[in-house]
Amino acid sequence: MEMLTEFGKIFVFILVAIIFVAISLFMAKLIRPNRPTKEKLKIYECGEDAIGSPWVKFNIRFYVVALIFLIFDVEVVLLFPWALSYQDYGVYGFLVGIIFLLVLGLGMAYEWRKGDLEWARPKPNIPEIDKVLNNLPSQLEKTKT
Amino acid sequence: MFDALSELFGSPIIAAFVSAIVPLVFIVPFVIIAVYMERKVAGHMQDRLGPMRVGYHGILQTVADFFKLLQKEDITASSIDKRFFNVAPFLVFAGSYAVYAALPFTSSMLGSKIDIGLFFIVAASGLVVAGILMAGWSSNNKYSLYGALRSAAQIVSYEIPTIIVILSVVMFTRTLSLAEMSEMQTAYFWNWNIFGGAEWNLTKLLITPFMMIAFLIFYISSLAEVNRTPFDMPEAESELVAGYHTEYSGIKFSMFFLAEYANMFAVSAIAVAIFLGGYQSPFGYVGNLIGAEWLVQVEQLFWFISKGMFFVFVQMWLRWTLPRVRVDQLMTICWKYLIPYSFVNLIIIGIITLI
Repeated sequence: MEMLTEFGKIFVFILVAIIFVAISLFMAKLIRPNRPTKEKLKIYECGEDAIGSPWVKFNIRFYVVALIFLIFDVEVVLLFPWALSYQDYGVYGFLVGIIFLLVLGLGMAYEWRKGDLEWARPKPNIPEIDKVLNNLPSQLEKTKT
Repeated sequence: MFDALSELFGSPIIAAFVSAIVPLVFIVPFVIIAVYMERKVAGHMQDRLGPMRVGYHGILQTVADFFKLLQKEDITASSIDKRFFNVAPFLVFAGSYAVYAALPFTSSMLGSKIDIGLFFIVAASGLVVAGILMAGWSSNNKYSLYGALRSAAQIVSYEIPTIIVILSVVMFTRTLSLAEMSEMQTAYFWNWNIFGGAEWNLTKLLITPFMMIAFLIFYISSLAEVNRTPFDMPEAESELVAGYHTEYSGIKFSMFFLAEYANMFAVSAIAVAIFLGGYQSPFGYVGNLIGAEWLVQVEQLFWFISKGMFFVFVQMWLRWTLPRVRVDQLMTICWKYLIPYSFVNLIIIGIITLI
């Protein structure tokens, strides 16, 4: 009798998910109407005509977050086998992991200090009465003369 | 269950397919009930009634919605990237469904007995991010792209505290398999991991508060991972229309919806399996008392689903209690609070396990 590994079963799971989506899409295709018009086929941006390409430049922060995530993720993958087995090596095994974590914490502290963890925040623009008065046209004329 | 099925069908392949369909049989009714529940909970929390017209107290509302979605015209705008646009729903649903392969519904109802269950779950949830990015990028819509980017940034950021918390639990239980982890928390509720596991010693006493902190961190970050309020920045209706699925309509949209609700149950179920005993009953089994083996399985299924449903309810409760956070607050919560806390928590749990 042919065998199936545990990962094979997971593969079957993913296959079942794909087949399920395919069947539902196909069923809907049989039932639903299809009457496209030019207006309908426009992309939806709140009923306005879309201006320019949507593939705009976005905030550089997204890249920074992705990079920091990458570092942390790789580190976490390394920590998984450690977490399973450090108790076999007692305090020594634990300390090895802690040193690794400390180095990582140092990197995180550096990122924090450099401001890479800050997200762009709207700066409040509070009007100051002195500045407003100084910039009044009558005031400007006075300072000129 | 798999062995019994392959006995029955005579082929492990057919047995695998049948056991893979079982969670689907659970998910589809679950989504129909959960959407109804969401609307009812929302209604009653805001002092309204919610859906009332279709069936008794609107019970058939979501069934009607489902048939409506099935009949809806599928509008694919002319300027989108069709290939990725069509692949994205498959990827998102496959990603959230793959998680169910490692979830133990009962001690025998389990898709796959892999030893690295939790690790696999973390990896499989990455598929969802790829699907969401694909959906947002191919939609050729500014709102979709922003929604997808926010969603990706949010999910990957909150994955880190989740994994660190999982690590600290793994350091305590020394297994990555959810089935084994649930098996260890057997008998009564004070044996659950959140109360320091099954052994009565000094470790249990010391570790309990830190396990509770770990559970809290895990629950908060899992909320963010499934894009639920207060972390629903990717779908912020008032800013981004509908986020990454703005351009989707009809059945394709409902696939995203299905995946989202499947994810909601999945993260609740993972939290339950790690911290709250999984399928174990808090008060022992009636089946053991009267000596009926099959009844134990039924009870386990009941406890697993009701614990999972309870946390799904808490997610809905939070949705109507807390306001949405700003995007900078979102990142601050993750990087400056949850990650340092979970790191310290990991180190403390490590020290306690060595005692």
